[in-house]
Amino acid sequence: MTLWLTVAGMGAVTYAIRLSVLVFVSHDALPAAARDALRFVMPAVLLAIILPAVLYVGENQTFDLSIGNQRLAAACIAAAVAWAAKNVWLTVSTGMAALWLLQWAW
Amino acid sequence: MAAQSPQPQPLSRRAELLAGMRGQLPLLLGVAPFGMAYGAYAIESGLSGELTQAMSAIVFGGASQFVGVQLIASGVPGAMIVLATLLVNLRHLLYSASLAPQVDHLNRRWRWLLAYLLTDEAYAVSMSRLSRDNESPHRHWFVLGAGVALWATWQMTTSLGILLGAALPDSWSLDFALPLTFLALLMPVLTSRPAFGAAAAAGLVAVIGFDWPYGIALVVAIGAGLLAGVALDRALPGERRRELI
Repeated sequence: MTLWLTVAGMGAVTYAIRLSVLVFVSHDALPAAARDALRFVMPAVLLAIILPAVLYVGENQTFDLSIGNQRLAAACIAAAVAWAAKNVWLTVSTGMAALWLLQWAW
Repeated sequence: MAAQSPQPQPLSRRAELLAGMRGQLPLLLGVAPFGMAYGAYAIESGLSGELTQAMSAIVFGGASQFVGVQLIASGVPGAMIVLATLLVNLRHLLYSASLAPQVDHLNRRWRWLLAYLLTDEAYAVSMSRLSRDNESPHRHWFVLGAGVALWATWQMTTSLGILLGAALPDSWSLDFALPLTFLALLMPVLTSRPAFGAAAAAGLVAVIGFDWPYGIALVVAIGAGLLAGVALDRALPGERRRELI
């Protein structure tokens, strides 16, 4: 029973956070500086998710900034494709193919 | 990707909904093994199948669910678990704030619904679309489509993980589809030096703080990114107003 209460609490805080500005606080009520800063949420969150996923690899998630890091190499290839082609599926398929190829070749 | 060029005719509700689902598809490739891993991990940790599935429906946030299961299994008091969830999901506050101006014309019911579906993945796909075109009258159906596609996948893969365990082999590396998709979404938003600086600062902090508990690193990283972006924006006046959002 207490476990169900815990999960309900987890859901309540999560939903409250997601509702915050969408429902409870008006976006217009935010200070201008804050609204200005929100323009950078996308670039910030995307690279903050990408980099650890590419640099901490293996079963023990160890930091590996070397040419032997297959995920890093595949991500660099995918980044070049993303930059040139601006196409999500092409980026994902090239990156996955590069990773599989590197894993197979090793 | 849908709607790559400006549409002369506004898309219908149905077309927007389907475009949102299609936009979410590459991310689902990475979410599927994540959902199964969550289901399997929760069962292994001693949670009941009902509670495991209910957490996916009630919390609907992958990283916070993993942390929640881990803390429940270690016997941590409920109030502490709720506090940890708050920390892990705090970044959604920024998504909520950043999405708000795009949906402020909608009624409350719509905003409650979209808030429930607001995740990293749905936010990234939706903002990527809205930053190119925020005029379409039915654009909130795109956000709904992206959210529903992710929600359904998360619930189904949770069930599969409960029933089958983490059946997708790690060697397939399907989880890699997540950072790859985010990479594809990142390039079009690197439109200015402040945006580039924001990404670089956030990425650096996220790497440095990888071992910090409860996903605090991601919150601090995004905060550092916003500060770097604003600081560069002020320092480089010529860059101002080059971006639309």
